[in-house]
Amino acid sequence: MTATAERLFEGADWDFPKLQRIHDACEKIARSELGLDIYPNQIEVITAEQMLDAYSSVGMPLFYKHWSFGKHFAHHEAFYRKGLMGLAYEIVINSSPCISYLMEENTATMQTLVIAHAAFGHNHFFKNNYLFKQWTDAEGILDYLDFAKNYVAQCDERHGRLAVEHTLDAAHALMSHGIDRYPGKKTLDLRTEEKRAEERRLHEESAFNDLWRTVPTGPIKSPKLLNAERRRKLLGLPQENLLYFLEKTAPRLHPWQRELLRIVRNIAQYFYPQSQTKVMNEGAATYVHYRIITRLHEQGLISDGNFLEFLQSHTNVVFQPDFDDPRFSGFNPYALGFAMMQDIERIVSNPDDEDREWFPDIAGTGDVMAVLRDVWANYRDESFISQFLSPRLMRHLRMFHLHDDPAESAGVRVDAIHDERGYRRVRRELARQHDIGFIDPNIEVVDVDLAGDRRLMLRHAVVKGAQLNEGDTRRVLQHLADLWSYDVSLVEADATDTIFREYVVSPRGFAAVA
Amino acid sequence: MAMHIIDRRLNPGGKSLENRQRFLRRAKALVQGAVKKSSQDRDIKDVLEGGEVSIPLDGMHEPRFRREGGIRDMVLPGNKKFVEGDMLPRSGEGRGKASAPGEGDSEDAFRFVLSRDEFVDLFLDDLELPDLAKRKLAEAESEGRQRAGYTTSGSAANLSVSRTVRLALARRVALRRPRPETIAQLEAELADCDEARRSELLAEIEALKAKVRRIPFIDPIDIRYRRFENVPKPVAQAVMFCLMDVSGSMSEHMKDLAKRFYMLLYVFLTRRYRHVEIIFIRHTDRAEEVDEDTFFHGPASGGTLVSSALEVMHEIVRSRFRPADWNIYAAQASDGDNSTSDSDVVRRLLTEKILPVSQFFAYLEVGEAGGGTFDMPDSSLWRLYERLRADGAQLSMRKVSDRSEIFPVFHDLFQRRRKQEKAAP
Repeated sequence: MTATAERLFEGADWDFPKLQRIHDACEKIARSELGLDIYPNQIEVITAEQMLDAYSSVGMPLFYKHWSFGKHFAHHEAFYRKGLMGLAYEIVINSSPCISYLMEENTATMQTLVIAHAAFGHNHFFKNNYLFKQWTDAEGILDYLDFAKNYVAQCDERHGRLAVEHTLDAAHALMSHGIDRYPGKKTLDLRTEEKRAEERRLHEESAFNDLWRTVPTGPIKSPKLLNAERRRKLLGLPQENLLYFLEKTAPRLHPWQRELLRIVRNIAQYFYPQSQTKVMNEGAATYVHYRIITRLHEQGLISDGNFLEFLQSHTNVVFQPDFDDPRFSGFNPYALGFAMMQDIERIVSNPDDEDREWFPDIAGTGDVMAVLRDVWANYRDESFISQFLSPRLMRHLRMFHLHDDPAESAGVRVDAIHDERGYRRVRRELARQHDIGFIDPNIEVVDVDLAGDRRLMLRHAVVKGAQLNEGDTRRVLQHLADLWSYDVSLVEADATDTIFREYVVSPRGFAAVA
Repeated sequence: MAMHIIDRRLNPGGKSLENRQRFLRRAKALVQGAVKKSSQDRDIKDVLEGGEVSIPLDGMHEPRFRREGGIRDMVLPGNKKFVEGDMLPRSGEGRGKASAPGEGDSEDAFRFVLSRDEFVDLFLDDLELPDLAKRKLAEAESEGRQRAGYTTSGSAANLSVSRTVRLALARRVALRRPRPETIAQLEAELADCDEARRSELLAEIEALKAKVRRIPFIDPIDIRYRRFENVPKPVAQAVMFCLMDVSGSMSEHMKDLAKRFYMLLYVFLTRRYRHVEIIFIRHTDRAEEVDEDTFFHGPASGGTLVSSALEVMHEIVRSRFRPADWNIYAAQASDGDNSTSDSDVVRRLLTEKILPVSQFFAYLEVGEAGGGTFDMPDSSLWRLYERLRADGAQLSMRKVSDRSEIFPVFHDLFQRRRKQEKAAP
């Protein structure tokens, strides 16, 4: 195509036919040149107020009613009105069709950017990343939210707003611990069970060796210990999905309360992959929009002026302030993600010796998109960073690792920097920072005192001496106790069983009577 | 692949309104406290502008399990001069900053903006007016979306399937589009017939099929969308009469008190009625209808004849505000002076003309600054109204001498039909 091709749009104005043309032009590049595999797109144009609405219901187009969303809306609105906060250009929903919201204030260039970013970049990521495939049901999420909304509304009517609110408050407090982190074991049906038993028997027969009989076994377990083991097994303990545990085993919950817990749990689970793939998701989407729009410009479909406008927005998005900059607030996932994607592009197409040494698998293989698509499909932030952060990028961003031990009075130690000795350590630490397993405190249900007062026992596995915030913990435990309707205790202990703190909270009693 | 563009901009707004109301309801006690506090030192007018309030986070807080303290490791960008093994001082300026991002505990207050309506709503929440019997619908103000027939263009979401199909059917009938059954019938006939008939039938079928192709099942001209129109909704209306004695005996302070009293009444009415008219009537020994500025600031002098104001009010009601269409409220402020000879006229005007058509008549007797309300001797007007009330007239009356007393008085005046007012028929 020549540079004289007809432009998709001129100036800043857009209309619906233009959006359609922009989308089609992007789609052509996305499919033929980048080889993206996407859900069908649905693009919705919304106003700033509707964007604020979407903000307060975690970006979803429909959600059940709860005061906390109103609170967030009020909070965002206050900031937005004062001009302290700009609104996102877009929101995209992991659903099929993939819904992208476009703000009406955006210029045509911005709409192009957003369409390329959300409707193709994020869309491809949602459809192909293993975490999303495993944990989310893009086809069903909108229907499920619709069900949830109606169900909560019905509960409001039948059981009273207050009772529903209490239950939801409690469920929200436990939301971060209402997630299955590992794909669960499938319950076997009878036939598979029989088959397995048969296979095991055959294996035992074929591998029979009388000698094994003479191997001494461990000490015989006391009946008490066996009992405890049996009980824990029955209850599925230890269990880190607190909401699941309550839903299934809390003795005095009403069926509708269990359903509410389930709704909150399912929604938390739906968002679980997003929190683990921020860097990759944004990196992929940013890389895609950059490639698509550069290509559009090369083809003469957008003018130089509009391309410059795009570059300016793009640069703002991928800006990474230094740690001592007043604007610094951690790593910008867009910046880090985009830099890594570009870095991979470089390694694949134009590697140097260092890259060949560090990334023998991909260095110089030539097909950038094949490598990137594979990366986007099979990694999450933590594994992505620990595999693909290159020394060159660490040098470029001048990364360093600080180790802050409160016991060390001299101060904070610089543990590693971007040099030969430090690359691997810096990379490992950064990967860890993006590992949700390290970010969320690890709290499990360890036991229930079934013989006694039905106390629910939790344990927080303390890592590196970081304990729970006391005030918040009491409040969350209060919610937990209200749902459990008997006492709840929480022990904070580290791997050596050193106990830091213990909480015991009794229920207030409305959950049961509600 | 099919891509849909949906225009959501025209969707009804306020999707999170219910969430907001839930939030405000939950935070009601806190917000009310904040409103009260922020209104104490300000002018009433500013208070009613609404605006930002801040409430303590307690109770609104959404707790989560979160960790703090312990050994922290972090990777940061932008190293300039550190090498491995450097120790950086923890507190204080400069380099140590990054290591101490003191977890946001300082955020113990939650700030947000209340709209004017919400603010006033909270402010006046437990107040209620006397029976609002009349609710003649007239006078337009607010708007809503209402179905308004069909249109040939619109968004896909508004497609009216039934109307479209109906039009399509009508068109097909009018253009005599062959029915599939007819063709099927002919084709069945085709199966067993002689040669001559056969070619005839074939031609006929061919013609019919061509016609079917020419006349589509649904044509773009059949398509109809539901049309919506923004229509004004009729609302109840009220008129508020502000009567004030502006004779020489009324000081600036007294006028200020009166003004606040009117203002609150006005706010209250605007909340209840979408359309509120205000009529200002000032009087000395003559009364006249004036604009607001003149009402409060225009110079005037003369004696005091309350009946003149009542007379003017009655005249205006008669000519412009038919009691059947308007809710009539009157608020009178005076220092209480009135010539004794006027009493009978006042009594007659009030009981016969004004009170029967008014929803509410309030009399505020304003006193000089510094004088307590209990010290104020009963004025001639006060005594007259007192007597009227004893006879069963629906009058609300209070004495006020200080700015800070207005709120309580106001509250008192509109308290859910308490006290004597309640007993009145």
